[in-house]
Amino acid sequence: MAFDKMELRDIEVWDGNFAAAQALRQCQIDVVAAYPITPSTPIVEGYAKFLADGYVEGEFVMVESEHAAMSGCIGAAAAGGRVATATSSQGFALMVETLYQASGMRLPIVLNVVNRALAAPLNVNGDHSDMYLGRDSGWIQLDAYCPQDAYDLNFIAFKVSEDHEVRLPCMVHQDGFMTSHTAQGVKTLTDDQGYGFVGDFKPMNDMLDFEHPVTHGVQTEEDWHFEHKARQHNDLMTKVLPKIQAAFDDFEKLSGRKYSIVEKYDMDDADVAVVCMGTSVETAREVATEMRAKGIKAGVVGLRVVRPFPFMQLQEALKGAKAIATLDRSSPNGAPGMLFNEMAGCLYNLETRPMLCGKVYGLGGRDLTKKHLVDLFTELQANVDAGKITTPLQQFIGVRGPKLSFL
Amino acid sequence: MLEIRWHSRAGQGAVTGAKGLADVISTTGKHVQAFAFYGSAKRGAAMTAYNRVNDQMIMNHEKYMEPDFVFVIDPALVYTSDVTINHKENTVYIITTHMSTQELVASQPKLADKKVYTVDCIKIAQETIGKAIPNTPMLGAFMKVSKMYDIEFFKESMVRILGKLPQKIIDANMIAIQRAYDEVK
Repeated sequence: MAFDKMELRDIEVWDGNFAAAQALRQCQIDVVAAYPITPSTPIVEGYAKFLADGYVEGEFVMVESEHAAMSGCIGAAAAGGRVATATSSQGFALMVETLYQASGMRLPIVLNVVNRALAAPLNVNGDHSDMYLGRDSGWIQLDAYCPQDAYDLNFIAFKVSEDHEVRLPCMVHQDGFMTSHTAQGVKTLTDDQGYGFVGDFKPMNDMLDFEHPVTHGVQTEEDWHFEHKARQHNDLMTKVLPKIQAAFDDFEKLSGRKYSIVEKYDMDDADVAVVCMGTSVETAREVATEMRAKGIKAGVVGLRVVRPFPFMQLQEALKGAKAIATLDRSSPNGAPGMLFNEMAGCLYNLETRPMLCGKVYGLGGRDLTKKHLVDLFTELQANVDAGKITTPLQQFIGVRGPKLSFL
Repeated sequence: MLEIRWHSRAGQGAVTGAKGLADVISTTGKHVQAFAFYGSAKRGAAMTAYNRVNDQMIMNHEKYMEPDFVFVIDPALVYTSDVTINHKENTVYIITTHMSTQELVASQPKLADKKVYTVDCIKIAQETIGKAIPNTPMLGAFMKVSKMYDIEFFKESMVRILGKLPQKIIDANMIAIQRAYDEVK
């Protein structure tokens, strides 16, 4: 191969963005089409630098918008290449139309989404508004809690996405600034290990295979549209999670690092539990341990896979809990939070029927402190002690001004 | 857990300094975290950066911190920012200033009864590196005050971290680190 290898230390101090950029280099992406936006910019910038310095054999396509960036990725993926890009917030919002094209055309593209608030008011900091905007788009969505995850999940993403039985695009989410710009120790793979894990790209129905001409992006009206969508949904519901689990198993054999579709922490005998995503999962784990020292049996459930939604795995993880809080880092704008609704759906048919309440927190990067989580676990224990939910179903954590609560 | 808060202006190198320090500490087997608050802040705006160091994996991602050390790398921030916010009883301050510790404390009553060290990182940086980039000298002063590592080990580590810069700049940084180590009071 016509590129240089890079010597990495076993542990590098990288932020989430650089960790993702290094993973893109090691996976040897053929095409990155990108329109940089804060806080994801350093991912595509990093790829461009590796390319210019001769560490990658590929092509960086500069485009005029995020809509064009994803369109470029779609074209390159349809042509038959390994393709990735990164975006955040407003850029993600502009990409939405093409996200549905990518998944409907069954193109294995990896999109690093560095989660950031959506305007107005303009805000560059981390919340999950953009992640939530993509949740019906037909993509696989993986969620990182720290820079190490952001690195590792990129390898998982290519492995699953490019599998010929899957052929669906995949987002790797990380929290803007809290992961993307926070440097921590990242255990690395060598270039050979990293590339070996994802393997050579194996094209399928590629447009540049002139011996076997194909058409991509066709029109289907009511004669076939429903069948395409139903089969895509079927594959998401039945094929993807086993493939993700297999990729996690292989990755553990390679690296020693274990990932699970639903990340359970101290859930075996937990009375009270919070369900959350992103960096909050790790902070909540630390607080849960401290609550146990105070006699409250606390646990944490983190979603590692947001789509396809791990309904059965979450039900299994939470069946023994008595009181549960969901933490949504996105304004539901006129409804209970997404996690509250999804969890209500998967807990409703449990005989144990745990008490469920929803919290909205951390919008626009507002800090989720350990103190907030101590108060939350304490409140959940109060629900257990009272045998009923003692608060309104929806509350806001960390917002100034009059206390907001609904339902 | 050791926690450090940096007070800086965007462009003075606090983020690079915090990440560089984390990198050095990581090589000794400890777990590290380095992050900053800057959002869309432009060059010259007051900002803060943070380090966490622990023997175990660092799970805490809250931005709230009660620091063990506060580094102030721009002299005016002692007056325009609250550098003592969320302090602990034993928080140690290392502050860039042309004044003596006594004069500084007299000019900012909030620092009275605090453990304050001073060093003129701006002047040292100007005289060695040729630019007012006070981040590496601050780390030299920190090595002296905290006795965290032998200064020679620290300088060798910083040579690796600054690796991509021209040799002349690396050499100047080493002199700056040593001077701040020697001059902090």
